[in-house]
Amino acid sequence: MWEYTDKVKDHFLNPRNVGEIKDADGIGEVGSLACGDALKLFFKLDESKRIKDAKFQTFGCASAIASSSALTEMLKGLTLEEAEKISNENIAEYLGGLPKEKMHCSVLGRDALEKAIRYYRGESEKKIEGEIVCECFGVTDLEIKRAVAENGLINVEGVTDYVKAGGGCGKCHERIQAIINQTNGIQIQPKMKKKALTNIQKIKLIEETLSREIQPALAKDGGDIELVDVDGDKVIVKLRGTCATCSKSQLTLKNYVETKLRELVAESLEVEEVQ
Amino acid sequence: MKIIYADNNATTRVAKKVLDEMRPYLETYYGNPSSMHSFGGQIAKKINEAREKTASLLNASPEEILFTSCGTESDSTAIRAAIRSNPDRKKIVTTRVEHPAIKNLCEHFAKNEFHVTYVPVDENGTLDLDYLYKNLTDDTAIVSIMWANNETGVIFPVEEIAAKVKEKGIVFHTDAVQAVGKIPIDLKNTEIDMLSLSGHKIHAPKGIGALYIKKGTKFSPFLIGGHQEKGRRGGTENVASIIGLGAASELSKSLMEEENTKVKEMRDSLEKGLLERIDNAIVNGAKEKRLPNTTSIAFEYVEGEAILLMMDEYGICASSGSACTSGSLEPSHVLRAMGVPFTAAHGTIRFSLSTYNTMEEVNFIIEKLPPIIKKLREMSPFWKKNQ
Repeated sequence: MWEYTDKVKDHFLNPRNVGEIKDADGIGEVGSLACGDALKLFFKLDESKRIKDAKFQTFGCASAIASSSALTEMLKGLTLEEAEKISNENIAEYLGGLPKEKMHCSVLGRDALEKAIRYYRGESEKKIEGEIVCECFGVTDLEIKRAVAENGLINVEGVTDYVKAGGGCGKCHERIQAIINQTNGIQIQPKMKKKALTNIQKIKLIEETLSREIQPALAKDGGDIELVDVDGDKVIVKLRGTCATCSKSQLTLKNYVETKLRELVAESLEVEEVQ
Repeated sequence: MKIIYADNNATTRVAKKVLDEMRPYLETYYGNPSSMHSFGGQIAKKINEAREKTASLLNASPEEILFTSCGTESDSTAIRAAIRSNPDRKKIVTTRVEHPAIKNLCEHFAKNEFHVTYVPVDENGTLDLDYLYKNLTDDTAIVSIMWANNETGVIFPVEEIAAKVKEKGIVFHTDAVQAVGKIPIDLKNTEIDMLSLSGHKIHAPKGIGALYIKKGTKFSPFLIGGHQEKGRRGGTENVASIIGLGAASELSKSLMEEENTKVKEMRDSLEKGLLERIDNAIVNGAKEKRLPNTTSIAFEYVEGEAILLMMDEYGICASSGSACTSGSLEPSHVLRAMGVPFTAAHGTIRFSLSTYNTMEEVNFIIEKLPPIIKKLREMSPFWKKNQ
């Protein structure tokens, strides 16, 4: 059971400002069905450029609905310059706090607001900046850095609570931790160099790593991998099942198979795919 | 507020008869069954009676029953015993839809020199038997396959699988926590080596479970300590709860028919009533080979936690396959393994009934849920788009 405040419960059971604004000045849509929550925020300005009305549509859990409802209430009467200053923390505070696992719901509100303001100002859709770290939820390194810096996060669970990154398959945990360390200025000692392997040892170890570590992980998503050849440091593989047709297969290969092989076999390995 | 409890796969009410049988062993006969004096010693006899009753529910012999603290302990004991008894075998075969008690244990072993094969399921939650049989290699220490799935209620043909696994000389274990008490189990006529069960799923208290270990199965204890349970599990017996499990087993046996008639009819009415009144709702998993008390329904375009909390306002208790109610942000691994799309997985609710439910309660749920789904869908940005 989640511990929600009475205010969260009230905004969830009796949400304010549900719906669309037909001739909205600002519209911001964030999230997706796959992610488990999504918010579409609308606002309308009056003659003095203050927010006259704000409405929302939300797909998500109780705290996502409550955060959206709270945000629309907070927005009314503000100028856009004032609205811009609303942070995810402010939304959570307005609700008397959110469970830490649910902080991403307040981030959702903040992101939708930023998007709606950009829409009003005619600023082009912000390009996805940075590099995707969490593929499950499409979270970039810059978003993670921002969450870490703004909320003083120190571990992967914290990052998951705020921006969801790392809450899915878990493959990106190491990268998230590295970003946290980097953002917080922590230096990690490089790992001990691995002992050099003979060719036979290397091939055996690659085979073993594929079957023990990589195949079961790919199998979870209905895919499979086959070792075609090893040529020096080049590991040639073939993907089958959903991996072969998945547009993410390049990412899967580069980021996952290679990382695993480098970690468990030799740091010099490179993965190449054949059709 | 009256509680409508439709979450019996999570836990069940302790039956009055069970509690009545337990009470004297907390209040009056509090002795230690290992003591020499008759005040304590007489209790050992009661434990053996409970063992007989539990064995009888499964058609097993009393000496094949080991009392544990829960289903998870039974699972851990079984898998660790098989691994320790077959030190040269480094593979575990299981399914992609196991309960965390098995899933996370296997993942733990996968990090420690073991290779785990996860047998997939199709969109109905039915196991890919060809894949399973192909993977019964000489290095397999144990095959562990649940009897019935806790989320969808889908039943696996474990008796047939056990026979095939035994042909290859591999140990077979089943997590039958959800199956026991709901469908007949006849262990004398199967090749199953080990079976886990949990007391609190069959109207005994929490904190008591059992592991069936077929005579002749190599065993090695998980808890090492005193001579209790013939040295197979150290630690002073949880006397009252063991007696409770015995009473619950006896009760389960007598209620088996009701479970498959009265409870099944209520489940079917609930399912039918909800599907008739709510569009874009789909039952997850094979409808035929399913526990009589369970239905898992996906309500598209809404999120499970929100449904649960709105039902909570009416005192209706159920569970969801939603991410937001678990530690992870991804929806249930069971629904994902079945390929249930995210649109449906996030809005999945599991109702699981027991003999304590009534048709009035079922009708109450059928009345209250449709407006909840409607309200949440009207709030959702995806709903109209997809209509």
